[in-house]
Amino acid sequence: MATKVVMEALSPTMEEGRLVKWLKNEGDQIKNGETLAEVETDKAIMELVARGEGVLRKRLLNENDAAPVGQLIAVIAAPDENIDALVSGAGDGAAAPAAPTTTSAASTSVPRSPAQAQGEASAPPQEKTASAPPAPPAGRPAAPPAPSAAPSGNGGGRMRSSPLARRMASENGLDLQAVHGSGPGGRIIKRDVEAAVASGAVRQQPAAARLVPAGEDFRDAPLTQIRKTIARRLSESIGPIPTFYLTAEFDMERVAEMRGAMAAMGDEFKVSFNDIVLKAVGTALAQHPEVNAHWLGDKIRYFNRVHLGMAVAIEDGLITPVIFDADQKRMSEISRESRELAKRARERKLKPEEYTGSTFSVSNLGMFGIDQFTAIINPPEVGILAIGALEEKPVVIDGAVATRKRMRVTMSCDHRVVDGALGARFLQTLRRLIENPLMLVY
Amino acid sequence: MSVITYRDALNQALREEMHRDDRVFLMGEEVAVYQGAYKVSKGLLQEFGEMRVVDTPITELGFAGVGVGAAMVGLRPIIEFMTWNFALLAIDQVVNSAAKMLYMSGGQYNIPMVFRGPNGAALQLSAQHSQAWESWLAHIPGLKVVAPGTPYDAKGLLKSAIRDDDPVIVLEGEMLYNTKGEVPENEEVIVPIGKAELKREGEHASIITHGKMVLTALQAADQLGKQGINVDVVDLRTIRPMDIDAITTSVRKTNRAVVLEEGWEFCGVGAQVVDYIQRECFDDLDAPVVRIHQADVPMPYAKNLERAAKPDAAKTVAAVKKVMYLE
Repeated sequence: MATKVVMEALSPTMEEGRLVKWLKNEGDQIKNGETLAEVETDKAIMELVARGEGVLRKRLLNENDAAPVGQLIAVIAAPDENIDALVSGAGDGAAAPAAPTTTSAASTSVPRSPAQAQGEASAPPQEKTASAPPAPPAGRPAAPPAPSAAPSGNGGGRMRSSPLARRMASENGLDLQAVHGSGPGGRIIKRDVEAAVASGAVRQQPAAARLVPAGEDFRDAPLTQIRKTIARRLSESIGPIPTFYLTAEFDMERVAEMRGAMAAMGDEFKVSFNDIVLKAVGTALAQHPEVNAHWLGDKIRYFNRVHLGMAVAIEDGLITPVIFDADQKRMSEISRESRELAKRARERKLKPEEYTGSTFSVSNLGMFGIDQFTAIINPPEVGILAIGALEEKPVVIDGAVATRKRMRVTMSCDHRVVDGALGARFLQTLRRLIENPLMLVY
Repeated sequence: MSVITYRDALNQALREEMHRDDRVFLMGEEVAVYQGAYKVSKGLLQEFGEMRVVDTPITELGFAGVGVGAAMVGLRPIIEFMTWNFALLAIDQVVNSAAKMLYMSGGQYNIPMVFRGPNGAALQLSAQHSQAWESWLAHIPGLKVVAPGTPYDAKGLLKSAIRDDDPVIVLEGEMLYNTKGEVPENEEVIVPIGKAELKREGEHASIITHGKMVLTALQAADQLGKQGINVDVVDLRTIRPMDIDAITTSVRKTNRAVVLEEGWEFCGVGAQVVDYIQRECFDDLDAPVVRIHQADVPMPYAKNLERAAKPDAAKTVAAVKKVMYLE
């Protein structure tokens, strides 16, 4: 009942992982679901968890070394079990089937958690509701995982699962595609779902509680001829994404006033300008679902939920964690979440499901003193809003020059979906909300 | 609480019910002077006399029919078949007269009678005398069928059967007559018809069974327990009407079921149990239900072949491991 520990696909696009740190030593007793190591993916540092019980007999990858997804990197087995064959086979092709080692659990095993004699690469469960965008192109997790036993003649590539496993997965908001099946023919059974739940992947799902039937999350609109023509002509003109930019300057006096008044109530009521902008953008998007969309090549997907991507600069790049259902959240929730997400983004601790699934994005360089800039659309989204710095300026109001706090925003629009007037109407709504921030509590 | 044999438990039930109601009488081959082929009726002739403990010729169809007639005019006959293998000769009276009389008389004649005797295989009695008939009998609307596995249930169910106003089939076991169990002395033992009992409580799988196989299931449960596997043993006790709640409650808890019976697989009682499980517990199942039963052959005489053909604890243990994906 040895368990192979392999480099798992810990992000949707991960092809190899660098082992940052082993958290268990050879000889340590390992429980199912325990963290074995920290692994750096292309996006973040993730935890690699045990998918079986026993003793960590052998570590096959040194810290700081990288291994392709599927490569054997450790073996968990009984203290006296012969693992020579397994260890000598290390370094074989990635994702070699684990079948030969999947012997039955010993007769003394505790049945509630029968040692899961599996080590197949299995991607962590990730949100796959309809609100998730199509995964980025390269290296999707190799789901569904290969069956543990040699696939039997019938059934072919169809994923098998027991009725109970399906029910448990749905109750836990778990995508069975991401669960490795240890039953005959790769059937996903109760213990597999329990292991997936125990590994913590499910608990972390921010939107799990909000799962609604797929059909309610978005509406697909087939491309009309005019949209096809616009898409084709404009792409020819400017590149794969025919982008245009709309800039507007908002008056921020009332926002500043509101923020000051709230802060005066006590530290717990402090929110940043950015929090207020996020709240306003979320609200505006809910009123303009035609901007809250994905371009899918042959159709446009309009979302009924607003998942706001928030670009965060990190040491060697940037990442866009998502505030799910931003339109539904109170400002205090957005404030807390954005702070938390930004912090963990900088620590590279974000889970894949926390940075996928956005329907629109916001990028703010105001804190760097940038007056105005154009942000690049993150496809398949069709718009991104670039937020500039807040500054005091002389402006003419009612015929007289006055000093006002002002902020410039620039919206990048994918012209295949968002026409100029549409983008302008969206910014009009955003202006009304930001210049009259009480509307945000309406 | 005293420990008595299954045989004595049945004897107590007969005696108590004959005392309680003088319309109750016992009739069959060798029940009186010989005191019963398996001594179940020991002492009854002496106690109740030859009007109420009646020896018959070897004419199963005849005395079963006399019993139906007696029931129609208000008596409460108990018909003993020396074994259920011989009851085949009387099947027309059981199926066509006793079971259907209430229906065909438009409710005018209910048939308060009991057909009882040993059912299933003993040891090396060969093909014609080693058969479990419950699926035949339970197939018939109008019959109630009970199959006690312990002395307590034997006493309690036979008493309920005698008091029931419809024909009740009591399936005993030749190999059970000498088994012992606790039966309280100073209180009335009644086991309601249609009520299963959880004979062992566990969490990992459910063994659903009845009659003699309850003992096999408990043996298997003991062996599994030593390996850390704890099973529910659901003793149906009554095959018809079946206690569906007891089955579904257990399977919903454990998510895995093994159905164990003494008879053949095809159209067996287990098939009905599996049907209830798939109807009521589809979303609770983690594995296909496995059935354990006699091999699909006439019972061999040779000792080794007979052993191979019969369901036993080892086969049950293997089935439990299979539904738990441990094999």
